[in-house]
Order: sequence, then structure tokens, then C-alpha cells
Amino acid sequence: MSVTPPDQKIWWNEPIHRLELGWIVIAFLWGLFMFFFMIAWHFIGEQNLSTETYRVQPSAFEAKVESFAEQYQVGEESGVPVVRPPAGEDVFMLARLWEWWPVLELKKGQSYRIHLSSLDWQHGFSLQPTGINIQVHPGYEHVITLTPTEAGEFGVICNEFCGIGHHQMTGRIRVVE
Amino acid sequence: MTVIDVESASIAAKTAEFRTCGYTGLKVDLAAQRLIKVNAVAAVIFLLLGGLMGLLVALTRWPAVHLLPADWFYLILTGHGANVLLFWIIFFEMAVLYFASAILLNCRLATPKLAWLGFILMVVGAVLANIAVLQGDSSVMFTSYVPMKAAPHFYLALILFAVGALLAVGVFFGTLVVARAERTYEGSIPLVTFGALTAAIIAVFTIASGAIILIPTFFWSLGLISDIDPLMYKVVWWGMGHSSQQINVSAHVAIWYAIGALVLGAKPLSEKVSRTAFLMYILFLQLASAHHLLAEPGMSAEWKIVNTSYMMYLAVMGSMIHGMTVPGSIEAAQRRNGFNKGFFEWLRKAPWSNPAFSGMFLSLVMFGFIGGISGVVLGTEQLNVLMHNTLYVPGHFHGTVVAGTTLAFMAITYLVLPLIFQREIVWPKLAQWQPYLFGIGASGISLLMMGAGTLGVARRHWDLTLTDAAHAFEYPPAAFLMMGLNGLFALLASAGGIIYILVVVATIFKGKRLDTADVQPLTFPLHQGGAKAVSEYGSEGTIKLPGTIVLVGIFFTAFVLYYFINWKYLSDLWLFR
Repeated sequence: MSVTPPDQKIWWNEPIHRLELGWIVIAFLWGLFMFFFMIAWHFIGEQNLSTETYRVQPSAFEAKVESFAEQYQVGEESGVPVVRPPAGEDVFMLARLWEWWPVLELKKGQSYRIHLSSLDWQHGFSLQPTGINIQVHPGYEHVITLTPTEAGEFGVICNEFCGIGHHQMTGRIRVVE
Repeated sequence: MTVIDVESASIAAKTAEFRTCGYTGLKVDLAAQRLIKVNAVAAVIFLLLGGLMGLLVALTRWPAVHLLPADWFYLILTGHGANVLLFWIIFFEMAVLYFASAILLNCRLATPKLAWLGFILMVVGAVLANIAVLQGDSSVMFTSYVPMKAAPHFYLALILFAVGALLAVGVFFGTLVVARAERTYEGSIPLVTFGALTAAIIAVFTIASGAIILIPTFFWSLGLISDIDPLMYKVVWWGMGHSSQQINVSAHVAIWYAIGALVLGAKPLSEKVSRTAFLMYILFLQLASAHHLLAEPGMSAEWKIVNTSYMMYLAVMGSMIHGMTVPGSIEAAQRRNGFNKGFFEWLRKAPWSNPAFSGMFLSLVMFGFIGGISGVVLGTEQLNVLMHNTLYVPGHFHGTVVAGTTLAFMAITYLVLPLIFQREIVWPKLAQWQPYLFGIGASGISLLMMGAGTLGVARRHWDLTLTDAAHAFEYPPAAFLMMGLNGLFALLASAGGIIYILVVVATIFKGKRLDTADVQPLTFPLHQGGAKAVSEYGSEGTIKLPGTIVLVGIFFTAFVLYYFINWKYLSDLWLFR
């Protein structure tokens, strides 16, 4: 039994059940497939999270985001500047207790280099309802080339717990045709 | 030096006290028995505490109820994680380690005093952690990601608990050495002990990772260290956080085998395969830290792919093997017991009214289908972006840790009570229903949280309506429905949990004593004829197992379909690179 020592002292020489052998082969091959499929998606897929990252001082990042917002601001919404950067441009969004700043207005089908970082604690960039979730760290500037494929209003919700105001922390990205 | 050791060892061997088990004829070391009892009792107390906290969390996330205010919600959620994920499970695992070593090997426990010291440290740590959390300055969640800071004694409590657990693991290793030296068993250690050994080896790695990160974090909270890198913290912290869940997997797989053996007389189809599968855990499960860093800046894609797949899914292969060999060995035992008709007579006529068996089998099925499949999908480099930090994540791990580990631990309790506590289970009818109630509740909350997570609902989030948020956002109505149903299933699981605790407590205090001379048969008898069947057959593939083939066939189909459905979801997203 499983709770007693093996019947045969040299259990290594016991034959393997045929079903076990078949299942091991299936499990192994399926594992290989899933492993290589992740690699393959880097070549065939269009959703691969960028690894481009720079170390940055929170104050330096804040200054960059502010000058970016000032340069391309087109309006204001709930006290937050609405920023419409030209297509292909570097775009900045910061996370801090408890807001995503500023509001971005992007064009459908255009690519943008989005820079994400936090000024204080960790935050979670959760773009809904599309469903893109990216962790945001203080001290690390993460650059993602993003191409919206649908127009509309999108919420940015914080999904990394960041203290008592966590559930008030939202932002907005608007995509226009 | 050696001489002294041998001498003191022989003195210890002489002073150890034993009783003889009325059912198995095994020698039971009384010191080990006491330690199993106290660890199991401590585990159940923290399950009660953490389980109630879990219920409060679910009732708050139920939109129509929304029970707690925000600050209490985050406080209680932190306590829930620590109490059930750490304290309930690890106390119980210590009992499992002592059972799998001293009891199964017919041997005395090495250094019971050290084991007691470990137990006391764990209790002090667990109590101190609860104090820190309830004081309100440490609502940092179970993960306590820096730079968010908890009170220093929060980290200190976890360190004390970990040191205590490390001592207990050391006693387990010592007992294996003693058993071998004193020749208390023939040949190799039993498969169940081998599984426990796997858990213990992973535990050492886990606790080392915990020490490496929590000790500097403790100094940081005292102001002695100025800065802790948040990314580095996460890599090392999850070396503890995820690996500790691999201790659970090894422990509950060992329990599946143990219950199969004790209830049905099941024997591994082949020792070689089952042990190799455990070896896969030791070699590769520790890489899982990466599962929590797939949506992170700063880590290369190569690092993510190799680590998140446990080196080409070799550890997943280990779990898939156990997922086939456990039901396979049960089918083989049942067919030997005479239930040989068709594909599934062996399963239909299994002892479903025995809570040890029903709990074990539900745990096996739900761990595989819910926790296992969702875990692989969630741990796929690109697919993770779909679900990272949404409610899908707690959905997944309630499938593994609640429906899988916790239910398996509850199941073995129904054997530990008569065998170790030597008490007859009170209210057997109630106990019979317990695994079903708890299992259905646990699988319900897992699936519903996974569903809400797929719709984007954030985890660890107080307000589904986002009422106070600067920029309004509405989750789809289906998410609200799911969170309501989640509350209902949480009530069901809580009912199962409360029945479990009532049965355990009442049995310990009021159950009929089984250690008197006239030993009564167990309330849940070992399956008829099981023991006989065991000694008869070898492991050669003479027995056909068509039922198991169908079961793993269904599992594999579900796995492949669900895997590709998620790739389809991903391909519909905005483009990013």
C-alpha cells in the first residue's frame, strides 16, 4: 500500500503500467507544446508584453509626465488634464495614491509608446473592459507600444492593493476614430 | 563526538513511550501522537478564525450586502490570507509530517523537545501576526508588497512562525534518520512518506526564501535599512509565497495516496512512476515565483517563459501523473474488490458515504479541473496579462488551496480522529455531508471569482461599483451577478467549514474513547476486503483501467479546450509589444 514500504525492495525495476506510460507521454508532449507555444507567440502573436524598462527616480518621472501633459493638453475632466498626443509619440501615465494621471485621448489604429511608472507604492494598471493588466512599480519606467483596436471610453482601474483609497483609484483612456 | 551521539540516541530510544494501534498493529510513539494532536488542533483554530474572516470578505464583496467598511475590509482580508493560507495549512502540515514519519515508519520521533519548541514559536508567531493585523497598522495584504509598510511586529511574527516551522521540518528529517538507523522498517520509505519528504524539502527552500526577504524587510520597517527594491522583493517573496503552495500540493497528494490506501487498500500502480512524479516537484516547482512577475516590468521574456513553465512544464507533468495514478490505483483496488462491471462500477460503488473518501475524491477532481487547469492558463506568459490581479487569481488559488488542499486535509481528519485521537466520530451523518457542502461551496467560489475576473473585476477591491472613484467605470452586470452568487457559495462553504470544526471539536471532547480494551470497529470502516486485495497483486499492467482512461480523457479535453479559448481571448485584445 501507499502507507507501507514498497513490496519489492528494488522498486525501481517494477514494470510501469501501460496506461501510466501512455499518459506520461501525452503529458510530456502537451507540456512541450505549451512551452514552445509561448515562444512561438512572440513571433506569430500581436500581444506580447514589452520588457523595455528603465530605472527612474519618481520625481524625475513626475516631471516628465507633467511636461508631457502641458505640451499636449486639450481639456480637463474631473480636475485632471485631458491629453491628446500625436500618433507614434511617447505617451506618459503615472500612478500615485490614488489616481492615474492624466486622461489620455488616443486614435484607433495608431501606435503609441506608453510609459508607465508609480510615484509611491505599487499599482495595477487594469484597462477595462478590454482586459489588459500590467503591474506598475515605483522606480521602474515600463515602456509598452500600444495600438488600440477599438474606439470608446476605457477605464483604468487600480488592481494592486494600495491602501485605503485603492477602490477610488481610476483613470481614463479615450479612443477616437 | 559520534560516540556521544550514539549513546544519547540509544537513551532517547529507551525513554520513548509507545502504544500499539488497535487497527494497524503499528507502534505509535506517544510523543509524536501528542504533537500531531496539538498541531492539528492549532490548525483547526486558525481555520475557524481565517474561515470566518473569509466569510466576511465574501459578504462584503456581495454587492447587495457590502458588509464591512473599507478599512475593515482590507484589514480582514489581510488576516484571512495569513490565517488560512499560512497558519491553518502549515500547522496541519506539521501534523502530516509527524504522522508520515514517526507513525508510518513505526518509529520514535527524533527530539520531541525541539518539536515542541518549534510548535511554541509557531503559535507565538501566528498569535502575534493576528495582533498586528487587528491593531490596524498592518493592512498590507498577505503579500505585503514594499514600499507599503506594515508594523515591525507583523514581519517579526512571520519570521518567528517560519523559524518554528523550520524546526519542525528538521525534526521530520531527524525522524527519517532515526527510523533508518534503528531499522524500524524494511526497504524504502512508503510512498506517502516520500510525498511528505518532498513537501519537507520544498519547505526548506520556502522558508529560506522567506528569511532572505522578511528579515531585511523587518529591519526596513524598523528604519535600519533605507530602501528595499520592490521588484527584488517580489522575486524573493514569491520564492516563499508560491513555493509554500507547492508544499501544500505535495502534502495533499501524499494524503490522496494515504486515504486511497487506508480506505480502499489502494496501492500505487507503480512506485517508480509516482515517486518520479514527486521528484519532478522537488526539481522544478520552486521556479514558480515567476507566476507573479509575468505582468511586471524589468524581467526578460526568456526568464519568464522558462520559470513560469517550471522548466517546460515538468512539474505540471508531475501533477498530471498523480492525477491519473491516484484514481488509477483506486480503480485497480476496487476492481480487485469485485466491482468490475463496465467502466464505472468501481466509482459508483466507492464508499461515497465515508467523508474521508468523498472528501479526497472531490479534492482530487476539483484540484485538477479547477485549480490545475486555471493555474496553467494563468501561468502562461502572454495569457497572464488577461487576468493578472483580477479576481481570476483568487479564483484559481481557491481551487487549489481550498477545494484541493483544505478539503484533502479535512478528509484525512476523519481518519486521524479515530487513529490518533482514538475517538469515535460523533454525528457521523453530519460528517457524511460535510465534504459535499464544503466542496460544492469551494468550487462555487473558485469558478465564480474566475468568471468575475474574466470580466475584469479587480481583486482585493472594496467597491465593485467604483462609486467614489474620480472617473466612473461600470463593470458588466454579469460581474455583479457572479459576486452575488459568490456570496451564496461562500455561505455554503462556511456551513461545511463550521460543520467540520464542530465535528472535530465534539469528537475530541465527547467522542467515544477507542483506546479502551474492547476496541470498537471504526465508524467509517476500512472498505471491505480492501486489505486482502492489496497483498495480492503486483503493479504489472494486468488490470485494465478503462474508467481512469475516460476520466483523464475528459480532463485532457477540458484542459486543451480551455487553454485555446484563452488564446482566442488574448488575440482579440489591443495590440501591444
